[in-house]
Amino acid sequence: MATMDNLNIIVPIKEVPDIEKVNFDREEGRIDRSSASTEPNPFDLNALEEAVKMKEEIGGTVTVISMGPPQAEDTLKDAIARGADNAILLTDKGFAGSDTWATSYTLASAIKKIGNYDFIICGEKTVDGDTGQVGPEIAEILDIPHVAYVNETIERDEQGIVVETEVWSRTYKKELKFPGLMTVTKDVNEPRLPSVNDKLQAKNAEIETWGLDDLLDIGDEKHFGIKGSPTGVVNIEVPKEKGRESKIFEGPNAVKKLIEEIKSDIGGI
Amino acid sequence: MAYDEEEAEGVWIYCEQEKGELHPVSYELLNKGRELADDLDTELTALLLTPDGDDAQELIYRGADHVYLLEHDSFNYPNENPFRENIVKLIEEDKPEIFLMGATHFGRSLAPRVAAALETGLTADCTGLKIDGDEFVQIRPAFTGNILAHISTDRCPKMSTVRYKEFEEFERDTSRDGEIVKKEPVAYSGENVSILEEMIEEEVNIQEAEIVVSAGRGLRDPQDFEMIEKLCSEVGGKVGSSRPLVDEGWISRNHQVGYSGNRVKPNLYIACGISGAPQHLAGMKDSEIIVAINTDPSAPIFDHADYGIVGDLYEVVPDLIKQLKEE
Repeated sequence: MATMDNLNIIVPIKEVPDIEKVNFDREEGRIDRSSASTEPNPFDLNALEEAVKMKEEIGGTVTVISMGPPQAEDTLKDAIARGADNAILLTDKGFAGSDTWATSYTLASAIKKIGNYDFIICGEKTVDGDTGQVGPEIAEILDIPHVAYVNETIERDEQGIVVETEVWSRTYKKELKFPGLMTVTKDVNEPRLPSVNDKLQAKNAEIETWGLDDLLDIGDEKHFGIKGSPTGVVNIEVPKEKGRESKIFEGPNAVKKLIEEIKSDIGGI
Repeated sequence: MAYDEEEAEGVWIYCEQEKGELHPVSYELLNKGRELADDLDTELTALLLTPDGDDAQELIYRGADHVYLLEHDSFNYPNENPFRENIVKLIEEDKPEIFLMGATHFGRSLAPRVAAALETGLTADCTGLKIDGDEFVQIRPAFTGNILAHISTDRCPKMSTVRYKEFEEFERDTSRDGEIVKKEPVAYSGENVSILEEMIEEEVNIQEAEIVVSAGRGLRDPQDFEMIEKLCSEVGGKVGSSRPLVDEGWISRNHQVGYSGNRVKPNLYIACGISGAPQHLAGMKDSEIIVAINTDPSAPIFDHADYGIVGDLYEVVPDLIKQLKEE
């Protein structure tokens, strides 16, 4: 699919709440998202970094796509500041309530519409959804191979990539021929920080926006949004954390007292 | 393609194996699957795709009514597509209502391909599964483990991956009867992923450990892991680490405890010089007893610990080793 110097890399990115600042109301069992600012999903930054490194090494274009509310534009601009060339925002009321299948279907439809893709790189999971399913599901819908949980890339060229992944109780060195998809862990690289200049320039970057209507020449309407989602949340529980005593020992006998307590709890160590 | 509940029957589980050896999560799935099948008054079928089917009878002893055994050399390697091809075919032929897989790296990579091929729902990393009335309810943590979501699926098969060590294993019962059905595997030829090398990692298995002693930023030098190891051998535990020390290259990834590392649930977790960032807590907060050693009395780890000592790990840990030796 690729011609020389024209590798097309696509990185799906999700805007997520800053988990450390989200207020979890344990009494009411609610999540108060308004308490937290949003940021690009941290794992997706590793995916983007891998894409940009690849572009710098062998040439090509990096396109980031995100499904989310209109304000997710900020996350895409941040991605441009970090080295992406193009950005597409998928935003529409008709996408709301998507589960992993509908999300994967929507992203895969957009990727088909972009066309001419060689390589798709995803983060291993998102910090809010925690599923890690969207990458492999996109690969299945596009009917391309994938390698999951990549923690090192070893060689890459226009035809494919050699990676290391931990699966079963071993480490496997695998070669993936394009077109293909990989999901990366945080170990794969250290994402760069965008410079102030890059950030300023990215502010004026143009973000293409696609809605449901733009994808209906590719996808089937019945698979989008909440109606297209096989799974639904019936209830949310914010579990109380296991109550811990937080007994602090001090002074010269602290260690001795600690050993005694542990022994009486678990019957000796 | 997915199908309606009226057409669906039975609970299925996928038994993960590596080179013919079963992963213990399979016994836990058999136990949970047995319970669900009994509640639905239906039967439990175990899928075993393996290079070597010696364990098929064992699956009957561990709760299965039927074992579908597919033997093929391609199942020697963790490439998803040959597995996907065969599992999808079996599901389309028999139309089970529920299909469970272990939430291992392999399971979490293979299950989404199967679910997407069938255009059905998949609930990731479940920690609870139950039949409520006639509804199959899947319970899973989200938001980095801060909430539990209850999920239902509106078409079949209803698929979930299930977290390892969340359920008890089915107790072996050699008086159980069941049938082993040998199925002819279909060969998958479209593979665009090749395995160039297979490396056996240093065995750490920190997830299996009963006691874990972890070090964090309070450790000043990679050499000082020796001290942590000494404490480990004194208490019969395994060495853990917070993410920063792994990033520094002081210790291998297999030892990392946390949201992006290993999740552990030992009887005793000793955190030495670890402040208690949410990412670390997500990997160890379910431990039975948590002990924190930290110089900073306001470190968040103390709020999540049963016992704590405010002090320098370089004094407390050697003292602990000495006193344990004396006993």
